[in-house]
Amino acid sequence: MLMFILRRLIQTIPVIFGVTIVVFIIMQLVPGDPAVLLAGEGATSETIEALRVQLGLNQPLYAQYIDYVVNIFRGDLGTSLKNDQPVLDEILIRLPITLELAIFSTIITIVLGMVAGIISAIKPYSIIDTVVMVIALLGISLPSFWFGLMLMYGFSVKLQIFPVAGWDSIAHIVLPAFTLGAGGAAIVARMTRSSMLEVIRQDYIRTARAKGVKERVIVYKHALRNALIPVITVVGLQFGALLGGTVLVESIFAINGLGRMIVDSIRMRDLPMVQGGVLVASMVFVLVNLLVDILYRFFNKRIELN
Amino acid sequence: MTELQETILEVKDLKTYFYTKRGVSKAVDGIDFALKKGETLGIVGESGCGKSITSLSILRLIPTPPGKIEGGEVLFKGKNLVEIPDSEMRKIRGNEISMIFQEPMTSLNPVIPVGEQIAEAIRLHQKMNKKEARAKAVDMLKLVGIPSPEKRAKQQPFQLSGGMRQRVMIAMALSCNPEVLIADEPTTALDVTIQAQILELIKDLQTKLGMGVIMITHDLGVIAETCNTVAVMYAGNIVEHSPTQNIFDAPKHPYTRGLLASLPKIDEDKDELYTIEGSVPSSYNMPPGCRFASRCPFAEDICEKKKPELLEQQDGSKVRCWMYSEEWTAAKPQQGVFS
Repeated sequence: MLMFILRRLIQTIPVIFGVTIVVFIIMQLVPGDPAVLLAGEGATSETIEALRVQLGLNQPLYAQYIDYVVNIFRGDLGTSLKNDQPVLDEILIRLPITLELAIFSTIITIVLGMVAGIISAIKPYSIIDTVVMVIALLGISLPSFWFGLMLMYGFSVKLQIFPVAGWDSIAHIVLPAFTLGAGGAAIVARMTRSSMLEVIRQDYIRTARAKGVKERVIVYKHALRNALIPVITVVGLQFGALLGGTVLVESIFAINGLGRMIVDSIRMRDLPMVQGGVLVASMVFVLVNLLVDILYRFFNKRIELN
Repeated sequence: MTELQETILEVKDLKTYFYTKRGVSKAVDGIDFALKKGETLGIVGESGCGKSITSLSILRLIPTPPGKIEGGEVLFKGKNLVEIPDSEMRKIRGNEISMIFQEPMTSLNPVIPVGEQIAEAIRLHQKMNKKEARAKAVDMLKLVGIPSPEKRAKQQPFQLSGGMRQRVMIAMALSCNPEVLIADEPTTALDVTIQAQILELIKDLQTKLGMGVIMITHDLGVIAETCNTVAVMYAGNIVEHSPTQNIFDAPKHPYTRGLLASLPKIDEDKDELYTIEGSVPSSYNMPPGCRFASRCPFAEDICEKKKPELLEQQDGSKVRCWMYSEEWTAAKPQQGVFS
């Protein structure tokens, strides 16, 4: 197991390098000259040229890239063009907020999704099953920006149960986390249901019954563990979608997270901030995938042989 | 062979039907048999004749819906298993009546170590703590002849071969000293050499533990090897129920005779084996008379019209065939057998 984790860790290195290249190239392709933008309206061409030299924009691309990577290793993601703050500092303030949001959303995705899926699978084709699956279908179909606004309108404006926006207390987390987690929960619910129905037909479930095991124990001990194997993969993939979703949800609920930072920086053409933000978000995604792989293996020991 | 004692399990007029979109499938349609302590009863028949459904019905393991036990009784120590509540049924499963299945490759839970799967059965039915149950599980693995049982107990099913897995299944089934063991084609999925070992193992343990065994198979070789009595099933009915010796020496029902005739014999040089003409009637639409009539070379009008009863013969065999009725023998002399 330890060897496996080590090997998977080493495998992530080229992936992260790939990410730096992609992030770097994308930023080069973005139209607009950061030096012009930074110099402001009515700046002379000398000022702009001087800024270029200062930012290293006059260097050839590969040199810029090498500089970029070397600086990453030094923990230097550049300085914001907007306010001259180190990018890393800005990110470190905002990353915990986004992670908190993502983790709460994932918990909602997993708990809500699995519980709904199991309830459906225990009595397939019953009324409960149908109701749960229709709700799940809605959950998948509703766009999160609309769903978030509706939740905000209903629970904050009308019922005034939760605060409208911001990020100060647990109460602030509920609506955004639910908005972000609902779609995933719906997918996990459908996946859990079909996986459970598949597993419950297996011979080893019959064996468990023939041993005299109670139905409840059959579901939670014998079936669920096998059914979860494909679900874990979905949860892992869902986490990626979730990180993308934070951009929208943070904007809607005015949360100062990484996603909103990236959006604002794009609007400002704050190149180093965008680069830094995307890079960190990608790394989080790579690490989560690693975690999913390890969990997957823990649940399914058969993979060890391959 | 152990001395045959009192009856421990009796099945009376058992009917298990499946309700599907195509209609009602009468998979098991009025089965009777009894099992004595220490006895091995064989149930033999081709695929789809209802032999597995019979065995699953005894432990009420039929998937419901679509399946349902529609009638009859399964009497075990005075209790009718068809009627007792689920909680009581669970106390019998794996404890007093155990079962091993055809598919050792898929019958064990792939994510639970085998020792733990055996220990689970032990802890369900016996007052033991986790540690004691684990130790007992290792003992059981030793009993069924698995080398280095301590190590094997901790392994996952995928690390074991098919033969080993079937041994694990047997260990699990026998861990609570059941009075009845139902073996549903225990050797079908295994290599021939392993088959013999597994049958030998079941026989040994039966002698040691004195349990009754119901051996379900389509293999007459297995029957000859292990059984005291045999019930031959055809299309949801028992057509012949006899001491094993009679089945091989004096088969009576035309279907049984056909089955035996279609076996290759080692001292005969034949290019083509005997086959029974025609096919089994659909379980959705059974004929009113004898279910074998359409394929039977001796069939007369009455066979098509009226279903024969299971008729007791002088040599202890019971056969469901008009040819053995008094009316038939009065009307014409005994028919010649297959040649």
